[in-house]
Amino acid sequence: MFTYTVWIVLIPFFLFILIGFFGHKFKPLVSGVVGTSGLFASMALSYYTAYQYFFVVGKTGDVFGKIIGYNTVWLKLTEKLHIDLGVLLDPISVMMLIVITTVSFMVHLYSIGYMQGEKGYMRFFSMLSLFSFSMLGLVVATNIFQMYIFWELVGVSSYLLIGFYYTRDTAVAASKKAFIVTRFADLGFLIGILLLSFNTGTFDFLTLTDPNGVAITQGSGIMFLGLSTMTWSMIFIFMGGAGKSAMFPLHIWLPDAMEGPTPVSALIHAATMVVAGVYLVARMFPIFHFSAPVALDVVMCVGAFSSIFAAVIACTQYDIKRVLAYSTMSQIGLMMFALGVSGYGAEEGLGFMASMFHLFTHAFFKALLFLAAGAIIHAVHSNYMNDMGGLRKHLPITHITFLIACLSIAGIPPLAGFFSKDEILAAGHEKSMMLFILGLIISALTAFYMFRLYFSIFWGKQQQYHHTPHEAPKVMTIPLILLALGAVFAGFIPFSSFVTSDGKPFASHIDFAVAIPAVLVGVLGALTAMMFYMKETNIPETISRSLGGFYRAAFRKFYIDEIYLFITKKILFNYVSRPVAWFDRHIVDGSMNGISYVTNEVSTRIKGMQSGQLQQYAWIFVSGAIGLALAFIYLWTL
Amino acid sequence: MDILTLFIVIPVITMIGIVFCKDHKQVKWAAAIGMGIQLLMAAYLIIHFLMERNAGNTAEMLFVKDVVWFPSLNIHYLVGVDGISVAMIGLTSIVIFAGVFASWEVEELTKEFFISLILLSSGVFGFFISLDLFTLFLFYELAVIPMYLLIGIWGSGPREYSAMKLTLMLMGGSALIMVGLLGLYFHSNPSGGQLTWSILDISKVHIPVDVQKFFFPFLFVGFGVLGALFPFHTWSPDGHASAPTAVSMLHAGVLMKLGGYGCFRVAVFLLPEAAHELGWIFIILTTISVIYGAFGAVWQKDLKYINAYSSVSHCGMVLFAILMFNKTAMDGAILQMISHGIMTALFFALIGMIYGRTHTRYINEMGGLMKVMPFLGVAYVIGGLASLGLPGFSGFVAEMTIFVGAFQNVDTFHRVATIIGVSSIVVTAVYILRVIGILLLGKIKNEHYEHLTDAKWHERLSTGVLIFGITAIGLAPLWLSEMISGGLGPIIQRLLLAGPVH
Repeated sequence: MFTYTVWIVLIPFFLFILIGFFGHKFKPLVSGVVGTSGLFASMALSYYTAYQYFFVVGKTGDVFGKIIGYNTVWLKLTEKLHIDLGVLLDPISVMMLIVITTVSFMVHLYSIGYMQGEKGYMRFFSMLSLFSFSMLGLVVATNIFQMYIFWELVGVSSYLLIGFYYTRDTAVAASKKAFIVTRFADLGFLIGILLLSFNTGTFDFLTLTDPNGVAITQGSGIMFLGLSTMTWSMIFIFMGGAGKSAMFPLHIWLPDAMEGPTPVSALIHAATMVVAGVYLVARMFPIFHFSAPVALDVVMCVGAFSSIFAAVIACTQYDIKRVLAYSTMSQIGLMMFALGVSGYGAEEGLGFMASMFHLFTHAFFKALLFLAAGAIIHAVHSNYMNDMGGLRKHLPITHITFLIACLSIAGIPPLAGFFSKDEILAAGHEKSMMLFILGLIISALTAFYMFRLYFSIFWGKQQQYHHTPHEAPKVMTIPLILLALGAVFAGFIPFSSFVTSDGKPFASHIDFAVAIPAVLVGVLGALTAMMFYMKETNIPETISRSLGGFYRAAFRKFYIDEIYLFITKKILFNYVSRPVAWFDRHIVDGSMNGISYVTNEVSTRIKGMQSGQLQQYAWIFVSGAIGLALAFIYLWTL
Repeated sequence: MDILTLFIVIPVITMIGIVFCKDHKQVKWAAAIGMGIQLLMAAYLIIHFLMERNAGNTAEMLFVKDVVWFPSLNIHYLVGVDGISVAMIGLTSIVIFAGVFASWEVEELTKEFFISLILLSSGVFGFFISLDLFTLFLFYELAVIPMYLLIGIWGSGPREYSAMKLTLMLMGGSALIMVGLLGLYFHSNPSGGQLTWSILDISKVHIPVDVQKFFFPFLFVGFGVLGALFPFHTWSPDGHASAPTAVSMLHAGVLMKLGGYGCFRVAVFLLPEAAHELGWIFIILTTISVIYGAFGAVWQKDLKYINAYSSVSHCGMVLFAILMFNKTAMDGAILQMISHGIMTALFFALIGMIYGRTHTRYINEMGGLMKVMPFLGVAYVIGGLASLGLPGFSGFVAEMTIFVGAFQNVDTFHRVATIIGVSSIVVTAVYILRVIGILLLGKIKNEHYEHLTDAKWHERLSTGVLIFGITAIGLAPLWLSEMISGGLGPIIQRLLLAGPVH
């Protein structure tokens, strides 16, 4: 009954082909409208699927089952291993369908206005469709290899979209960086898949993630360097997830990716693609939990560290899109962290549920933040918050929606962010007090940098603008309003009745021991920001100066980029690639040329033998004969 | 006349036709029509072959034709195809068809150029259908010799040097192959009696292991030279850089595959025990090829050099996979030959077209070409993405098949080699994106380039056919993979003699 779900994925694919090949035959606007309405169809189908899945089919027993909507063999590799393409429906994939199609539709709609008059309007829409196709294919994957296929496609559509302004050198460099860093991570993912599939004999998610299935019950495999094969393979697979989700130390591409058009940042680098890593861990969660708990600890540590690391950097940046990028990294870190502390089974899996819940709400408010930022950039033609200030009068709708998003992400009740973040903190609290405090610090920082942004843009010093900034057209503000509704109300969904680690719903409640401190630190962070930035003050100056080296390090993003540049440009280019090229030309090829040179020389030398001079021949003949005779005599007398 | 012989007869007829053509235009059209027919026949052959197989014809080789040619040495004209050779014929006909259209603007000695080109292709077709080692060698030489003329006369840069270097190195390879083939011939009947050149007959006999071990290196290295085996690959960058467009396309696209195919069909298939025992040496060499070629490409500045080193890396993968002694990996090896063949032909075609406009191949002198020639730019990006193994294109299918197959070997040596091979996907991404970034994106560096024109119809046709090839395989690989693995059955059977096949 779910065969039609394949169209959710295929509609964007055909849009890509249609717009990509025939878009230029029509007016640019046609591509925009066609793309948007296509995505609307896809979104409608997703909502219908969710309704069918949760309410019509519902639970079998007391769990939401996994349903294969469609499956076909794409490539047979060995007797057991074959790559299929299909649609797998379970609570998390259905949820992701909703998130992706909704945000994608909003971004499409918004882009009709935002990209107006840009060269390559139809290229933009065909790429957006390509991205939507790949992302949808990724989340409905029935097996890990299908996921890898779409994982790569998502990466390339991100590459193409970051480099959309391809005449701009920074954009070209950023797109290249994004692709290569994630590609490096994908190498880990691929090795992980190879290890895992060799160990378990299957790519199939149903078999892999069944707690009673052979993949989990067969044990963790032989030990290698102190860790089991399963642990190694899950760590490698997580490496792929960490690359896509911009986790430390593979995060360096994400801030640069902001070179892409803002709607792209909203869709790909905030709401959907960057959470693919979280989705990957969630999808493989039973294996992590049962067969590779060490790998799950790695997930937790990487998530927690990335979260606080990014939050600190976000407080120091001036480019509004970069602040949002680091904020994204920090929030994704929280999701990873929640997965890392989670157990398996209804209540045990609180962290799992919290992570998915946060992914869901985050998609709304972060997409909203980016789209609002786009409207702001559109109005003032700058990315830097120093060039902004007092915009609340000029951009009323953007102002209100941006404020809603800030409140939501800061975890102020009753907005969506409060509920999901509360669950994450509760999960951390269950694990240990330390982790809970860490979570509180991150929350405080989050509230601080978000309101720093908010006050610097909409309050603060009144700037002189070349053109009076004006509110964006309706086609851009409507998506803002719709997403703002999501950012307000998404938290009221009783998430634990739908999405849980084993599909078994449970009742979650708000723990005041967690919620009260969480809200307090959020308010505290926001108030501090208000104090610093609402009126122009010199407090931030003073503080950053008194922090000295630490501030500078945070401002320079802790020099991670420089380290990478050193390793790639200095070491790999200069000390590997260049010597290889030299070695090839001079040693390998040199010896080939050497052979020909020797041949040439020898023939030049010996060609004198055939001189045609009788005297020389006679001389050689006589001396040869004497030489031979002497040799024979010598041998005889031996 | 049987269908396989037609693959040699049609090029010959085309050549004769070209001789009687009056002007450039007629010559080009004669070549295009001849190779068009060849392409249609290849399509027909594939369909016909699949139908035969579906009808339950399980013979090792189909469409076999056997004519005694030189009785005293028992040389036959023996042809026949299995899934592997059918796939290779498909590849050849696509590349030569695109090559004709890519050389549409050859003005100098047009007639002679197309005759040599088609002569070369007939050698390649003959090679892929031959089942008699002697005939196979004959066609092999027929494919290599015209290369000398094509580069020496129509080439660019230091063409005499390159042509000489390429020919001499390949001739060196041929000498080794000849020794190896004679060795096979004289041991083709250990029990005494009639000796044979037939691959099918030799594959049924058991050659003593020490004899195998003596002759295996001759054959593997001999064919390996053409397959760009490290350290015998240096003819490739110079040769490609000097060769005219269509010749580079054919050479990298098809001729280098003769090496891989020869290693596979002759060296490994006929001498399985030696391959099993000595394989480790060549696994090391091919692993080096894979990663070394990729790193070598990162540093190059000449487009053709970049692609030549990239070919070293990709073709290294072919030989690597063959030595993995695994059905999946071998399936991947053949897929990789086809994928790389089409892909690299696409690259060389595009490089030729770009060079024809900008008159330079140095990437640093170009930039922002996407803006002035969007068609060629997009085609280049597609080729690049295919080359770095993006799903949806043939490269991904081939590489993943190889990796999964190679991973079935459990010992540490194979594992390490495989992981080194796998890591080349990152380096490949680096050099591909570097070229795309410098060459196509960014601002236009040279103002003269602003008035360049985009692709003409014949260039669009040529690249279009090749792009169609890589996407068709990339989107629906199953039939091809099945067809190839059908042909692998007897080969795996024979490899089992030598030891376990993982």
